[in-house]
Amino acid sequence: MTDAKSEALLAVNNLSVDFHTAQGTVHAVRNVSWSVGRGETLAILGESGSGKSVSASAVMNLLDIPPAEVVSGEILFEGKDLLKVSYEEHRALNGKRIAMIFQDPLSHLNPVYTVGWQIVEMMTAHGRPADMARARALELVERVGIPEPEKALKKYPHQFSGGQRQRLMIAMALMLKPDILIADEPTTALDVTVQAEVLSLLKQLQAETGMGLVLITHDLGVVAEIADRVVVMSQGEIVETGSVREVYHNPRQAYTRKLIGAAPGRGEIKRPDANKPALLEVGSLTKTYGKFRALSGVSLTLCKGQSLAVVGESGSGKSTLARTILRLESADGGKVLWKGRDLVPMGSRELLSIRREIQMVFQDPTQSLNPRMSVYELIAEGWDIHRLMPDRAERRRRVAELLEQVGMLPEHAQRYPHQFSGGQRQRIAIARALALEPELIICDEAVSALDVSVQAQVIKLLDGLRERLGISFLFIAHDLGVVRDFADTVIVMKAGEIVEEGPTEAVFNAPRHAYTQRLLAANLDPDPDVNARRKQGAGAPS
Amino acid sequence: MADISLAKPIAKDPTKGPRALFAMLWRDKLAFISALILAIIVICAIVGPWLLGDIATSQNLRGRNSPPFDLSRGWIFVLGGDSLGRPMLARLIVAAQSTMMVAAGAVAAALTIGALLGLVAGYLGRNVSQAIMRLADVIMSFPSLLLAVVVLYLLGPSIPNMILVLAITRIPIYLRTTRAEVLEVRERMFVQAAVVMGASHRRIIFRHILPVIAPTLVTIATLDFAFVMLAESSLSFLGIGIQPPNITWGLMVSQGRPYLNTAWWLAFWPGLMIVITALSLNLLSNWMRVALDPAQRWRLESRKTKP
Repeated sequence: MTDAKSEALLAVNNLSVDFHTAQGTVHAVRNVSWSVGRGETLAILGESGSGKSVSASAVMNLLDIPPAEVVSGEILFEGKDLLKVSYEEHRALNGKRIAMIFQDPLSHLNPVYTVGWQIVEMMTAHGRPADMARARALELVERVGIPEPEKALKKYPHQFSGGQRQRLMIAMALMLKPDILIADEPTTALDVTVQAEVLSLLKQLQAETGMGLVLITHDLGVVAEIADRVVVMSQGEIVETGSVREVYHNPRQAYTRKLIGAAPGRGEIKRPDANKPALLEVGSLTKTYGKFRALSGVSLTLCKGQSLAVVGESGSGKSTLARTILRLESADGGKVLWKGRDLVPMGSRELLSIRREIQMVFQDPTQSLNPRMSVYELIAEGWDIHRLMPDRAERRRRVAELLEQVGMLPEHAQRYPHQFSGGQRQRIAIARALALEPELIICDEAVSALDVSVQAQVIKLLDGLRERLGISFLFIAHDLGVVRDFADTVIVMKAGEIVEEGPTEAVFNAPRHAYTQRLLAANLDPDPDVNARRKQGAGAPS
Repeated sequence: MADISLAKPIAKDPTKGPRALFAMLWRDKLAFISALILAIIVICAIVGPWLLGDIATSQNLRGRNSPPFDLSRGWIFVLGGDSLGRPMLARLIVAAQSTMMVAAGAVAAALTIGALLGLVAGYLGRNVSQAIMRLADVIMSFPSLLLAVVVLYLLGPSIPNMILVLAITRIPIYLRTTRAEVLEVRERMFVQAAVVMGASHRRIIFRHILPVIAPTLVTIATLDFAFVMLAESSLSFLGIGIQPPNITWGLMVSQGRPYLNTAWWLAFWPGLMIVITALSLNLLSNWMRVALDPAQRWRLESRKTKP
């Protein structure tokens, strides 16, 4: 499968891994082969459950055996089969020759030790003297761009931001100058601008050290930005492999075509319909937590049947805005006019009738659906609360209808949330919101936890609902591609303030504020050529 | 790798009703036996005193401390006789009633009151929570035996008073656990989702929060059951608990203690009964935790695919 086998530093050949679960054997990966050479970047692209992390875990000896079992295959590192070496030998390689960084740096850094201690430990654990380790740590922390490296080494993980923590993880991984760096979704938890910085840092470091980089990701944009070659995985098997350009422009397999087609941000931009009555008017809303101003004077207008997107990075106050509109948080000032009535001072009894008209879909359906309620109970709960539809047969019919409306089957009503995939759960959450026939649905990052192909389906579903039922949407997101496809108007938030607002087309094609420009520039396109061109154009959006 | 569990939706319908519940109980043989034992104990507690009340109190000095497994005095002496020649078997059966009444009453009362206060303390604001928690601290810092002695001396020893005293001393355990769990559960997304839909406080507490924390509470309650039985025996030992001729297992244990060298069965059989009851309750609560959790119920439903 790989033509460059002779140069390959790390090669996985025909690896098959099974997981023995209580529900039967799952073939996590079947006959997977890939290899990476010195100075090369290989991306393993796949959606959740595709088994993209499994082969990397096997390389690092991180698979939990017994539940997992390596059925066949070999992992060659400099000609040595890593599946056959002893635990001690493997430990000597891990970290020293092959290093790994993870998606969530916070959970992989020990909170009770200083980061300096942890970085140094990486080297002392492999038998290097402590003073040498400390010097190297200082050098690397400076290299990955942490301000005041001397002081930074004495701080604890919680004192850094997410992007800085990922930089520290990278520094830690590079301590012993590994030949291979495996990065498992290294930027998924980061904001776009931070993601761009971390990726370019990885690229620079690779050029300096000549290490091989294996990048596991679900994001086509990341692949296009950084990888030389790509391996596309689906359901435990490699469906396609080749250079990034080749795969993007001439995908041979239907699955790859579907994946590329689902990437957001290339549909037609909508033009907002003017002269519709205003449904929701927010006037100079403020909210502070202690001294921190989460919202300072935010105003917006949402018209009937329109979708308004609020974009911004984490900490910009976009979720607080939604929660304050919904009265999950009390506002410190300003007004929220719903069809002309102010929600801020409203009593709980009055609010109850409005709760029916505004529904919310949360980011993570796994958490927003009560695990102990069946789908029927979840969808029907709103009717219980608002004393609607007393007739049981009528309820059952309506639940079946709603499930069909969101693309699920009526017999799913008897099941429980854990029996569904993430995308299906989000559909259930949408069906629950629709049950009360709302006029406005607030989506707080409603699609960001979903795979791209599922994301595209959910966006299409929401769009269809808007057209058929005339529901308005307040759409909170950090993914600009999704926003571009879905929204009529866009609001860009930063540090609790609106920095730019306007029709989607204007904001995307002619951003006025510097922050919006930066945000758009950092957004990665799935097309490798577009990314390359943009970099040459030095930040100016196309 | 966490996604692997998602890959397999469960085909079977989670059916409800007593028949499905029985089928799930049958799957777990240990839980089934436990349920059977508990049912027998409950039946003994209900009909025992009515059937065997006279036999259990009739003294027979010639049969003092008669050894067990000797059928010469009739089957009722199969477990031996006590220091006054009363048949152990009959006394065990009769004692089941007061034992169960005290233990179940105290645990149920402590569970209900503790859980309710804990829900209120966890769900409402700081001030209410502080007041309730300090009250719990006061109860916990006061030696429970001293409290029991004072209360039972003032009110007089009787079964309802025993229940009252034991319940009060056990309340803080449920209260603290419930509050801690509520503080965590109320921040979960599905509770927020219920708020957005307009659910009342009562609905959120009883429909969304309580079912999530109920398994923990039930587990603690079953563990507490054995503790309460023993606490009752120490009160009875001090003479302020159950008064003879009324009898409980705990009292039988403490009455049998002086004879441990000569007639071990006096303390052994009631002790064994306490152990069996506590163990059965634990096994059953274990099963219940799985059976009531939709995400784990499959363990009891389909055993076709062996791991």
